[in-house]
Amino acid sequence: MAAVFFYLFSGVLIASAFGVITARNPVHSVLFLILAFCNGAGLFLLQGAEFLAMILIVVYVGAVAVLFLFVVMMLDVDFAELKQGFQKYLPAGLGVGALVLGELGFVAIGWTSAPTAGEAAASPILAHVTNTAALGQVLYTKYVIFFQVSALVLLTAMIGAIVLTLRHRPNVKRQDIEVQNARTAKTVVELKKVPSRAGV
Amino acid sequence: MTIGLTHYLVVAAILFTFGIAGIILNRKNIIVILMSVELILLSVNLNFVAFSAQLGDLTGQVFALFVLTVAAAEAAIGLAILVTFYRNRGSIAVDDINSLKG
Repeated sequence: MAAVFFYLFSGVLIASAFGVITARNPVHSVLFLILAFCNGAGLFLLQGAEFLAMILIVVYVGAVAVLFLFVVMMLDVDFAELKQGFQKYLPAGLGVGALVLGELGFVAIGWTSAPTAGEAAASPILAHVTNTAALGQVLYTKYVIFFQVSALVLLTAMIGAIVLTLRHRPNVKRQDIEVQNARTAKTVVELKKVPSRAGV
Repeated sequence: MTIGLTHYLVVAAILFTFGIAGIILNRKNIIVILMSVELILLSVNLNFVAFSAQLGDLTGQVFALFVLTVAAAEAAIGLAILVTFYRNRGSIAVDDINSLKG
């Protein structure tokens, strides 16, 4: 049964990866990317990495792919023009792809494991602990510095993205909170003494 | 037929190859290049998780989590740079990104 799901997930994963790089419309590329991430999460599930599978769905499909979709739809670009060089680069792409695939295939088929590799586990997977709990137990103790540094990386990325895309347009009316909070009835309301029968 | 580590390694290798080929094939469209980089990072994560499951060691999954973090940060920064560039030049063609050339 696991074999059936492995071939299903990996087949759709590879097909959608092919779709990402060959689709004419970048929106289709993003949608293929989402499909690829979902199937990658399925492959993670098959190997018992449940937490990573869920994080892959939440972070990649929920955040990164939607960010890509926003940018693709926001930019008004003639994508047909960008597709021009596809034929020209096809031989180079196929050549380099075949070369890399040959090398990686050679490594993937011909590798052998060190005899003591299994015994040297830095943080072994325990049978009675769920994947999420086990990951937390390792992440918050042994790798707490790396965890904090990765949070710092995300903070830097957030600040960088905001600084890069923020712009102040001078002729846009915006709310001035301080001025608004400083308004009192005394400074705003003016009482006029209107003489009787004279009109305003 | 049981699914072993080699099966996962082959799938990750094919995915990595598609990522590399995508970078070369779509040399003018920087959005697809960024997506190809995401594919490459996904294949790396697949390798990490496959070895983690094979060796019974959680460290691989922890490292895959960090790779995921860096990938998200990279996508956010890359797209922010892309949006700023589009505002300045009105195009996202990679050939136009030569302002630093003397």
